[in-house]
Amino acid sequence: LNASDRFRDKNVISALVREISDIRKGLGSACRIMEVCGTHTMSIHRHGLSTMLEDAGVDMVSGPGCPVCITPNGFHEAAIGLLTGRSDLILATFGDMTRVPTGKGSIQKTAPARGSSVKIVYSPDESLDLARAHRDKEIVFFGVGFETTIPSIAVAVRTAAAERLRNYSILSALWTIPPALRAILVSGEIRLSGFLYPGHVSVIIGERPYLFVAREFGYPGAIAGFEPADILLGVRSILRQIDAGRPEVANEYARAVKPEGNAIAQKIMAEVLEPADACWRGLGTIPGSGLKLREKTADYDSARKFGLCVDTAGSDRPGCRCGDVLRGVLSPPECPLFGSACSPDSPQGPCMVSFEGACLVHFKYKAAR
Amino acid sequence: MTKSDRISLELGSGGRTMRDFISGRILPAFADPALEKLLDASHLPGRIAFTTDSYVVDPVVFPGGDIGKLAVNGTVNDLVVSGAEPRFLSLGLIIEEGLEWALLDRVLGSIRRAARVAGVRIVTGDTKVVRQGQGDKLFINTSGIGRVIARPRPEAAKPGDKIILTGTLGEHSVAIMAARGEFGFQADVKSDCAPLNFLLPFWKNGVLWMRDITRGGLATILSELAGDVPHPVLIEEERIPLSRPVRAAADILGIDPLYLACEGRAVLVVPAKKADPVLAGIKRDPLGRKAAIIGEVGGKIGKPGELILRTAAGGHRLLEPLTSELLPRIC
Repeated sequence: LNASDRFRDKNVISALVREISDIRKGLGSACRIMEVCGTHTMSIHRHGLSTMLEDAGVDMVSGPGCPVCITPNGFHEAAIGLLTGRSDLILATFGDMTRVPTGKGSIQKTAPARGSSVKIVYSPDESLDLARAHRDKEIVFFGVGFETTIPSIAVAVRTAAAERLRNYSILSALWTIPPALRAILVSGEIRLSGFLYPGHVSVIIGERPYLFVAREFGYPGAIAGFEPADILLGVRSILRQIDAGRPEVANEYARAVKPEGNAIAQKIMAEVLEPADACWRGLGTIPGSGLKLREKTADYDSARKFGLCVDTAGSDRPGCRCGDVLRGVLSPPECPLFGSACSPDSPQGPCMVSFEGACLVHFKYKAAR
Repeated sequence: MTKSDRISLELGSGGRTMRDFISGRILPAFADPALEKLLDASHLPGRIAFTTDSYVVDPVVFPGGDIGKLAVNGTVNDLVVSGAEPRFLSLGLIIEEGLEWALLDRVLGSIRRAARVAGVRIVTGDTKVVRQGQGDKLFINTSGIGRVIARPRPEAAKPGDKIILTGTLGEHSVAIMAARGEFGFQADVKSDCAPLNFLLPFWKNGVLWMRDITRGGLATILSELAGDVPHPVLIEEERIPLSRPVRAAADILGIDPLYLACEGRAVLVVPAKKADPVLAGIKRDPLGRKAAIIGEVGGKIGKPGELILRTAAGGHRLLEPLTSELLPRIC
């Protein structure tokens, strides 16, 4: 068995589920864990863990950890405005972003002004290549991401500055996870028993940024990887913390996550970016939850370069409840649009677009009984 | 006119959008009972099977084959899985002005070799040339005629009947992706493009149903099967053979091999009692070496019409047909 097989082996999995079920029996009230990260949501449903955990008495609820999903439509509308208003522009962005529906349509369905176009890229690097290859065009990289992606976006800005790529800028929608967790806890809108922390984000930021969840709010939590066994190890740890009455930040993904995170990535981020208040879909404005370009690289900020005013909210499609899904107060199948007016063929909100959006995950990976 | 007034690429993806288009626009336009069965090939009076397919693969030459080999094998395979022995093909070439002679000669050579291997004759054809920019290098259409030797009977499948997959999944898709340099990704993988004639004898061993796994992948094709059998259909993730490069590409790119296209693999429904000998027979052919029983008809999970995946982790979920994909011109 190779590593990923071992973490998917059904004997390993069923032993872990039994253990979780046994600990759960000793605990009283409802046990509800928020998996913060969209990749966890996807893995839980793709591997069929949701029903196994449900049968063990553990409810998993997905959180705000999908960057495409939490980016308010105002950003897309600003991008659409650039595409239709300028005739010298290449908008480079991730494929999912082009399909997000707004009140003004999606980027994909927008006919750009003559001379402008959209190019789907898979990494910020590719957007730099476009800037090098098309000196007569303005390249706007619509970059969206959490701590996982932000370092590579920061490197792109640094590279653009070093190469003096004057035709390059970033329409940035960059988000940090810990302030969003605080916002969820402060609102008290949803009863939770603990948090499954995102593995990839934690590779960058380490364990410390989550400590406040245990110390200030008294909630257990565990950093977990994305294979089925990783997720169950995280859930087991959270249940053990509840059982022992000792909330902490457990690291069940030690093969990838160091306690201090990735110092090099943190340094590059800090060099290029600084914290800013940011507006999240569903969660509203959260203090210090975004990152913006520092003054010295502000020339590479599309918003400043083109005098964009990003309307923080933007217009949602009528009836879309992605905001409620992202706060964990609505499960996707409970949305009146789910599976009828809203499907992968005709998404009404970003959670049905992104491959780690909770609605798409629930649509694609329906549990069988 | 907005984009929704025009045809989008999704229409050709092999998924639900394409099926809705065919049943909503094509079938009503012609209303022919042979067409309405939506089989890979139509069975016509006189034990004749007839099929057609167009090939627009980009790039024209890819690891493991080219558009010529694909154009023969794709049409041959549609005949084989519909229960017919392939006999004759037509060859329609649509050539873009400026195509190099060397490339055309190469493709014609591939067609000749593939036809010889598959035991079919090219007996009629047509050539058109379009102005530069009005096509893309080379498109091919082949129609095929075969002799009917069996009639697929998915409705006769009983609980316990086995699902056999003849080899690993997804090499064709991954080879095309790598050849295009899409996703900035390279892989040492060849297309599985091959003729499936070696499966013909198994129709005599009671095989109830057979399909080649093209656009939409295993999950889409078995979803269609599930719609035709009076029981749920179960497949087991850990029994599905995958090559290392496909597995790696799937893990890294987040694509699901169950929805990837092949061009030389088939999935069969075989009565329980015949499953072991049929599997052994398939494995004796070099193209069937990795064949495996990957699931069965019936079971305690799910309802009739549903295709269920038992995940490697031991969970269960529904598999549905591909809805849309972003990988046009794969074949």
